Amino acid sequence: MLSRLVFVSGIVVHASRCLHTSSQSLAPVPPLPEKGGKVRHGFIPEELFQLLYPKTGVTGPYMLGAGLLLYMLSKEIYVINHETFAAASIGAVIIYGVKKFGPSVGAFADKLNEEKVAKAQEVKDVAMSSLVQATEDEKKEQWRVEGRAMLFDAKRNNVAMLLETNYRERLHMVTNEVKRRLDYQIALQDLNRRLEQEHMINWVEKSVISSITPQQEKESIAKCITDLKVLAKATQAKATA
Amino acid sequence: MDVKLNELGAWLGGRDFTPNGILSAIRRGHDRYYNKYINVKKGGIGGVAMLLVGYVAISYLWEYDHIKHDRWRKYH
Repeated sequence: MLSRLVFVSGIVVHASRCLHTSSQSLAPVPPLPEKGGKVRHGFIPEELFQLLYPKTGVTGPYMLGAGLLLYMLSKEIYVINHETFAAASIGAVIIYGVKKFGPSVGAFADKLNEEKVAKAQEVKDVAMSSLVQATEDEKKEQWRVEGRAMLFDAKRNNVAMLLETNYRERLHMVTNEVKRRLDYQIALQDLNRRLEQEHMINWVEKSVISSITPQQEKESIAKCITDLKVLAKATQAKATA
Repeated sequence: MDVKLNELGAWLGGRDFTPNGILSAIRRGHDRYYNKYINVKKGGIGGVAMLLVGYVAISYLWEYDHIKHDRWRKYH
């Protein structure tokens, strides 16, 4: 029963099962044995009975005990005095207590042990499940990495398209500008030619007009009048004909 | 046990009686008793009771010279 108390109270009294005595690694630690060495009547180890069984059978150790007791009493190696009475009373009380309350105390200690073990087991289970979950997540991430190549291809296409668009825009702009400048030059030349033409015409007209003397003017007017008269005559003749 | 009775002298001669040896022998004995009767899942009263009975016996032995005077008869 003390074993259960020792276990429960967590006193690490020299964890002295064979740990670190051999060079082999002993993890996981082997579990505690279920039951201790068998003890008969509470304080006589079973080994004594096994030792004497071949020679004296089942009653041998009891005979040995009775004989030893009688010898010690008769030779007064064990003296009966007041302490005997005290020992007897204390023994009776202890035996009564153990017989009555032993199993219940044992069950209580066992329950505490169970709770401790269950808690440790739960921690272990949680750790295991979290690790399993972590491995699954890792696998999922690895699967996702495979898809990342496609993502980069799409992005690369996007960028190429942007570059192309930009290049075309600039080309367009360049052609427009060049055309505008050439148009301007053409317009300039046209303007020059027109100005020269008009100026020349004006100058010729002015010079012709200024060269017409009054004499010539009178002659031309007279000629026009005669021409007109002739014309009038011709049309009159045509009209009456 | 592992030592036969007629080999006892030789076995005793080969034992290590230095202080270190004695201490290690005590430790080994303690470990054997502890691991057999106390460091188990469902121990009983036996582990403690044997120690108590041993204590009672040893204390009676040490007090015997004093208890001798309470004897009922002089000659046995």
